[in-house]
Amino acid sequence: MTAVSSPSHRISAFFHRKPQLRLGLLLTAPMLWLGLAYLGALAALFITAFWSTDVFTGKVVTDWSFDNFVTLFSDSVYRTITFRTVGIALLVTVIDAVIAFPMAFAMAKLASPKAQRVLVIMVMTPLWASYLVKAYAWRTLLSGNGVLNWLLDPLGLSAPGYGVTATVITLSYLWLPYMILPIYAGLERLPVSLVDASGDLGAKSFRTFRSVILPLTFPAIVAGSIFTFSLSLGDYIAVKIVGGTSQMLGNVVYDNIGAANNLPFAATVATVPVVIMLVYLAAVRRTGALDNL
Amino acid sequence: MKNRKTLLAGLCGVSLLLAACGTSGSDSKAGSAPGAQGFTPPKLNALTQLGQPEGQLNVLAWPGYAENGQNDAKVNWVTPFEQQTGCKVNVKPFGTSDEAVTLMKTGQYDVVSASGDASLRLVASGDVEPVNTALVPNYNDIYPFLKNKSWNSVNNVAYGIPHGWGANVLAYRTDKVQPEPTSWSPMFDEKSQFKGKVIAYDSPIYIADAALYLMAHQPDLGIKNPYALDDKQFKAATDLLKKQRPLVEEYWSDYLKETQSLKSGDGVIGTAWQVTVNLAKSEGAPVAATVPSEGATGWSDTWMVSAKSQHKTCAYKWMDYITSPKVNAQVAEYFGEAPANSKACAEFKDKSLCDTYHANDAAYAAKIQYWTTPIPQCLDGRTDVKCKDYGDWTRAWTEIKG
Repeated sequence: MTAVSSPSHRISAFFHRKPQLRLGLLLTAPMLWLGLAYLGALAALFITAFWSTDVFTGKVVTDWSFDNFVTLFSDSVYRTITFRTVGIALLVTVIDAVIAFPMAFAMAKLASPKAQRVLVIMVMTPLWASYLVKAYAWRTLLSGNGVLNWLLDPLGLSAPGYGVTATVITLSYLWLPYMILPIYAGLERLPVSLVDASGDLGAKSFRTFRSVILPLTFPAIVAGSIFTFSLSLGDYIAVKIVGGTSQMLGNVVYDNIGAANNLPFAATVATVPVVIMLVYLAAVRRTGALDNL
Repeated sequence: MKNRKTLLAGLCGVSLLLAACGTSGSDSKAGSAPGAQGFTPPKLNALTQLGQPEGQLNVLAWPGYAENGQNDAKVNWVTPFEQQTGCKVNVKPFGTSDEAVTLMKTGQYDVVSASGDASLRLVASGDVEPVNTALVPNYNDIYPFLKNKSWNSVNNVAYGIPHGWGANVLAYRTDKVQPEPTSWSPMFDEKSQFKGKVIAYDSPIYIADAALYLMAHQPDLGIKNPYALDDKQFKAATDLLKKQRPLVEEYWSDYLKETQSLKSGDGVIGTAWQVTVNLAKSEGAPVAATVPSEGATGWSDTWMVSAKSQHKTCAYKWMDYITSPKVNAQVAEYFGEAPANSKACAEFKDKSLCDTYHANDAAYAAKIQYWTTPIPQCLDGRTDVKCKDYGDWTRAWTEIKG
């Protein structure tokens, strides 16, 4: 004869027999949070992209249409801006990788442990300063009578002035720490014995770099590139400060909300960097870079 | 002579619209019976009487209109107001009319100093409500030529208190630009010697500056009002701006950015406000300003009350205070514009400025092409064509900047 079990006992016994259901319920709360706050906001954005705005009163009209997307794809100016933005983001990423690698290498492999800690802090200090101050500092540096011109003048050169070049320089400066730190972390994990072994087997330093160090730290570089690429892709402040007449995708989003009060079209434009990032992430997933984040 | 013609055309346009729309006014279906400006504002009532000041006021203002000593310790007319009324004032400056319109939608601001290109949009969307001018004693002294205009009233219902007006001037570095420019050509001519040194205003409304230039230089386009552009005229204006882009060093929406450009010499000529010129001068830059022969676009600003305001008594007290002769003079002198109060000129520290800004000069005031929101109904009175609306202007502006 079986004892009559209490209801709570019965429930726990029920979940004991169904581990998947148990797990599902446990995950509900965090999934709801993620779903509502993060994906929900994204979905709302995407839905808005199919609406339109009464241009005069600025009220959102909830009539469904593809008009915004048609404008986005048919107007050549948005294509130009997209290509310019992606170009700037790629260039910034490459420049940062080229500058960051030797710096990270020196930090991880050449510096003493004590110096390492100091160097990491030094790399991080700019992150603690305000973005705006740094961008405006570059505006002053790049100005016609700024320091850069003063330095370049004796060489017969001049500063690039405000424009795409200035934007690339400023963004490269702003995001450099985001590239150095992942590469530094990747190089730290690289055993010195592998480099030594490569040398013992007769490889010159460049060969060692190409065949041993680079393949092993490549995922770390890609991890850094996700930061520099996505941050550049979404930026609109630096280009507003030093970009002269040029604009990026972020400016179009900002102008459509801030100036034109056209939230639907801004949402349409905002889906472009989201899609680009999804493609980028899908591409880098294979390198194992996502495990390095 | 020419200006008088333009004025006449403009007047005809307004009266034509009034006549055309007056007949269809009885149809009460919302949206289908446009008022004088081509739309029916939402039904909102003005305040009937003042209550106790609510202790707080959120002001959305053009930079320089509500100074509280933060930019310059000597320039402060917010604190005396706070002491008089007990309304603690929070000031939020904005850079473009579009920004003001967007911010007003949040309902967080009680009053706004709206220019003509923002005011009608605010009225149409119900973000601002009619103003009971009887509760604003200083309204009596406002110049008559600023009252009940198409940008601050609808069907003779006032939606705000005029504040001041002025022109978008041509600013230039006196050491780099010689002789003194008398035309907007250095900013628009492809062969301008100031290539890469031109500073232009960053807002769709800047298209009107190009249209104004075309009024003088391509009369065959038949532009009567730079805010009423049909397809052909609009294309000519935007093409002109696309050609201007290579000349432009940068577009500004933050007047401090332009001040810095003029100071450093990165930009040597540009469209500016008098306040920018004054500021650059005060910081030692050799900068001067002029209204070129083609005339200029400009602004006529109005203090308006948010329909969602929780501090309406404070808002009315502010509107009365800021348009009182003394304070109106202070603001006008600091910002560099003509005051709206006819008694303000007597209060100016520098009496010559009132002549500089043509404060008493109704004819001059009529000459400026005030910012107005472009709508499909042509503002110059043409009924045979459809004009480009502000949405088109905004999209074109993105395209111009490329």
